[in-house]
Amino acid sequence: MTQMNMVQAINDALRFEMQRDDRIVVLGEDVGKVGGVFRVTAGLYDEFGDDRVIDTPLSEGGIIGAAIGMALYGMKPVPEIQFSDFIFPAYDQIVSELAKFRYRSGGEFPCPMVIRTPVGGGIRGGHYHSQSPEAQFIHVAGLKVVCPATPADAKGLLLSALRDPDPVMFFEPKRIYRAAKGEVPEGDFTVPIGKANVVRQGEQVTLVTWGAMLYEALDAANKAAAEGVSVEVIDLRTLWPLDIETVVASVKKTGRVVVVHEAPKTCGLGGEIVSLINEKAFLHLEAPPKRVCGFDTPFPYTLENEYLPLSHRILPALLETARF
Amino acid sequence: MTTATIDHAAHGSARRAPDDALAADVVRVLSPEGTLLTDDAGLSDDEAVALYRTMVRTRVIDERAVMLQRQGRIGFHIGSLGEEATVIGSVYAMRKQDWMFPCYREFGGALYRGMPLQRYFDNLYGNANDPAKGRQMPDHWTYRAANIGSVSSPIGTQITQAVGFAWAARMRKDPLVAMVYFGEGATSSNEFHNGLNFAGVFKTPNVFVCRNNGWAISVPAERQTASATFAAKGVAYGIPGVRCDGNDLFAVIKTTREAVARAARGEGPTLIEALTYRMSGHSTSDDPTRYRPEEGMSPWEKLDPVLRLRRYLEKQVGWSEGEQAALEEQVASELKKVIEVAEAAPAPALESLFDDVYATLPWHLQEQRAELLAGPRAKGH
Repeated sequence: MTQMNMVQAINDALRFEMQRDDRIVVLGEDVGKVGGVFRVTAGLYDEFGDDRVIDTPLSEGGIIGAAIGMALYGMKPVPEIQFSDFIFPAYDQIVSELAKFRYRSGGEFPCPMVIRTPVGGGIRGGHYHSQSPEAQFIHVAGLKVVCPATPADAKGLLLSALRDPDPVMFFEPKRIYRAAKGEVPEGDFTVPIGKANVVRQGEQVTLVTWGAMLYEALDAANKAAAEGVSVEVIDLRTLWPLDIETVVASVKKTGRVVVVHEAPKTCGLGGEIVSLINEKAFLHLEAPPKRVCGFDTPFPYTLENEYLPLSHRILPALLETARF
Repeated sequence: MTTATIDHAAHGSARRAPDDALAADVVRVLSPEGTLLTDDAGLSDDEAVALYRTMVRTRVIDERAVMLQRQGRIGFHIGSLGEEATVIGSVYAMRKQDWMFPCYREFGGALYRGMPLQRYFDNLYGNANDPAKGRQMPDHWTYRAANIGSVSSPIGTQITQAVGFAWAARMRKDPLVAMVYFGEGATSSNEFHNGLNFAGVFKTPNVFVCRNNGWAISVPAERQTASATFAAKGVAYGIPGVRCDGNDLFAVIKTTREAVARAARGEGPTLIEALTYRMSGHSTSDDPTRYRPEEGMSPWEKLDPVLRLRRYLEKQVGWSEGEQAALEEQVASELKKVIEVAEAAPAPALESLFDDVYATLPWHLQEQRAELLAGPRAKGH
């Protein structure tokens, strides 16, 4: 075990797997010599050379399109999109091509790759360095979507994603890139895709969240405990296919649920989670499921902390749901 | 072939008159009358006959597919009528290890490379024998065994993919060239820019074949660009751009062969603009009389790539009416068999709807599959 932050843990996973599997190629804007604008790929260029750690022209469509070609050939590309806000020029390649290759070719062309991209607010990035577009990829058949919240999960999920036969969108919550620290196993260590983590046991309300909001959720759960409300906190870790069993088991126990995410409320993953709970645990519910989310506005600069579903907004939702 | 010599004032922007195909910078080997303009056709008489047979076969299949659509027996067809020399000549120029990234008009090239005709028709019918289980529209086929990519509808996406593929092959020291097809309309797409830019920067072993057939559905070529030619676009990417007469099989072969050899030597990609003409609608869903005068077609009929090669072979090897009739009959009987088999095959199994979305079936698709299987059936498949 080594103490690491998220950046170090992701870097460690990339280095480990690149040493193990020479088909892995990292490509993107500024990922090479400078090691990425968040330094996630620092040192890889020096270790593996510019054939495997490639600074590309400034074009997300080009990065993903070329990465698809590499994957079709049999390489294991790991393209980085510098901010998930800038992924949309590549949306055509991801939605129309990457996600459909296996299906449309009757299995002749699997297209495994891991698209790494920083996600979410909290760095004063305004409209274009803060958004959380994960639901827009969950809505596309054929993609897996992952968002770790701890350094150990970041390493373990990335190693799983790199060995997965399907394309994986790997969202890295940039707000906690350096703030989240923890023990990370050395060497080979995987966390399975599709398994949530019950981070805090509780009896009265289930709180489902992921990414940077995990820490806000835990803070709110601690404050709720001080008010006599016991909250179970689930970190989804894999957003799709999500661990429905863990969520439903918890809701059947507590009868109450609050979903917290940064993305805008309408058509966010929270809506889907609530629908699934309605379908699978309706008779166990003792209060209306609640969502605490980003607002249906563009992501704001100055009022960022009002927009985000931080602890001060989560706590009243927990108390209200518990006392309904 | 430098495009800087083109007189913009004289040519206007990427104009599409038949005489443009006769411009001085356009590579041509065979005159419209079917006589050689150079000393050498570049291939033997036997090869020329074999390719002529392939072009005729492609056209007969094309015409039959249109008829099947008109009769309501298949849902759609998008073909290569008038573009056979561009498709077949370029595919012929590829070596066995090279890869073809098709657009959606290159079924003839795929068949030439070895895709079984039955497999093509199973795709047209979307039946249970289709390896992709009827998931895609007609003419959206896949055949990896012959080093061919997978057809999709979005414009230009295959261009960047072909670049990544060729780039990966070079990383693995695998001496292949990836040839990618698109129409002139695709030169307006994001991925044309992305693909050619990446190819230029990383000097990938690619050949870009732009089938300038004059039309993107109803929009004429001059509406796609203010450049004098589509080949000229290579200049900005540091990629040589060459124009060839796309209705001249020998010119297409010469141009694409040189481009393949250049890429194989590690000298980088080439952009080829093959001047040809879409002699049908965009697809069976399109009625070209709504936007182009059919009399505008007649000069192109004189430049028909199949007739041009036939005129040559009549003189060169005495290709006869009898041989022509026998060939057409042979293709017709081949078609009869595959159509019978395709029509006898059932629709794909219901369960197959959920396969291949992922490598293994996640819980939500297991649930949805169970729901479909237990529920009422739809009509119309």
